[in-house]
Amino acid sequence: MKHAATLNVNGMAYPVELEGDATLLNAIREDIGLTGTKTGCDDCECGACMVMVDGRPVNSCTYLALQAEGSEITTVEGLADGEDLSAMQSAFLDKGGVQCGYCTPGMLVSAHALLRRNPDPSEEEVRIALSGNLCRCTGYAKIAEAVMAAAKATA
Amino acid sequence: MGDVAFHTATTVDEALSLVGDGSNVKVVAGGSDLIVQARGGRELPGNVVAIHRIEALRSLDASGDLTLGALVTHADIVASDAIRSTWTALADASAIVGSHATRNVGTIGGNVMNASPAMETGAPLIVLDASATLRSAAGGDRTVPVEELWTGPGKTSAKPGELLVDVVVPSLPAHSGSAYVRLEYRRAMEIAIVGAAASVTLDGDTVTAARVALTAVGPTLLRSPAAEAAVIGTTGDDAALEAVATGASADATPISDLRANEDYRRAMIGVIAKRAVSVAVRRARGEEFPIPATPVFMEGSGR
Ligand SMILES: Cc1cc2nc3c(=O)[nH]c(=O)nc-3n(C[C@H](O)[C@H](O)[C@H](O)COP(=O)(O)OP(=O)(O)OC[C@H]3O[C@@H](n4cnc5c(N)ncnc54)[C@H](O)[C@@H]3O)c2cc1C
Ligand code: FES
Ligand code: FES
Repeated sequence: MKHAATLNVNGMAYPVELEGDATLLNAIREDIGLTGTKTGCDDCECGACMVMVDGRPVNSCTYLALQAEGSEITTVEGLADGEDLSAMQSAFLDKGGVQCGYCTPGMLVSAHALLRRNPDPSEEEVRIALSGNLCRCTGYAKIAEAVMAAAKATA
Repeated sequence: MGDVAFHTATTVDEALSLVGDGSNVKVVAGGSDLIVQARGGRELPGNVVAIHRIEALRSLDASGDLTLGALVTHADIVASDAIRSTWTALADASAIVGSHATRNVGTIGGNVMNASPAMETGAPLIVLDASATLRSAAGGDRTVPVEELWTGPGKTSAKPGELLVDVVVPSLPAHSGSAYVRLEYRRAMEIAIVGAAASVTLDGDTVTAARVALTAVGPTLLRSPAAEAAVIGTTGDDAALEAVATGASADATPISDLRANEDYRRAMIGVIAKRAVSVAVRRARGEEFPIPATPVFMEGSGR
């Protein structure tokens, strides 16, 4: 059954028509057309699909899209400040935290969500916050370094 | 997935009327069990009632007994100073659920009603003597001790159409301490291989009351009377802890599955129950012990 709804993504209101069991990931990628958010496992294991819902990290592949109506959704496309990369995005590039890039949107969203809650995390806290995001390329060290650097830059 | 009608309730009464007699309907809180299962092939029913906008179910009141609204998340539990200091086993458990996203989305109500024998908050809620408040349109409220709520894997004694509204955890006598420890193969996104919670009360150095509960070694969460008897009347010394281990292994009724076989689970439940009791005793004595109490965070703890 189709439901008419409005999803607020990165400050824009998108009218959509969604099945009752549509996932937020599909709504964002297929209905709204923002493809920065990635489909990895599609089973709540890898974190490639991470978005923020009202500032909290959510695995969008296993979250009902209609539950996000009335919330502010933030995807990787919403992290930059206009044309300027966020401090976190710049730090990922500077520190070599990006290789193939497939995990990067989810990593960035998780890292942003962490700094919103905890602007001055320890490396242990960074690793815990990113533990739901898998990366098969970097070995994580450079990603953790990037998050620590971004935290310093924005402190 | 099939043809699903989605409803959002903003009050408990509205949710109860949408749920009706409970046929062809499921409630969804965070969805971190329900939607994952649906995508794994366990189809959603024709109606889904989302309860995540019911503000009244979000409250966390620790002013006397602890009352957790059904929508309190694992992240809320870990962030509560009162829970960390008084109902510590619960904080140990919520701190290791899934990832930061799981902890922000997953609720206590969903964890309890999903009724997995491997669920993290189950053993802590048992040793802390918690009860669930179930509400139905026809029957009003009834209170069920959590031990009587879980009846089998994925099964509860809740009647069709009943909604969990809160979980109540009594306040504890002075000189009490509790802990939850799980055996895991990895730090995050893990399901307990086995786990154990303990809650103890001391008079001087002597343990005068103890409850021990076991995770993932039976069709539901289990109390371990043998482990409890082994520590009551002792100071929680090494001999008592060895007897706790033996008792917990004897009370366990584990199965073999792809995560671990029966013998390994039976052997490890002793080790984990011993650790949980040991940390609970140390906390009851007023010693600081890190949260979560699960071993990777135990470096330097002398064990
Ligand atoms: C990646 C991942 C890792 C996880 N790791 C862990 C872990 O380490 N430990 C652990 O214990 N769990 C874990 N879980 C399971 C899950 O996150 C938790 O059980 C969580 O607390 C469920 O809450 P929810 O609000 O998302 O439940 P939902 O999925 O919304 O609901 C679960 C069930 O309870 C019912 N329900 C929910 N609320 C109510 C209510 N108020 N009244 C009546 N019925 C209700 C639903 O109908 C459904 O059947 C994990 C899940 C994922 C996806
Ligand atoms: S695609 Fe959502 S967690 Fe992997
Ligand atoms: S950079 Fe390739 S998966 Fe992380």
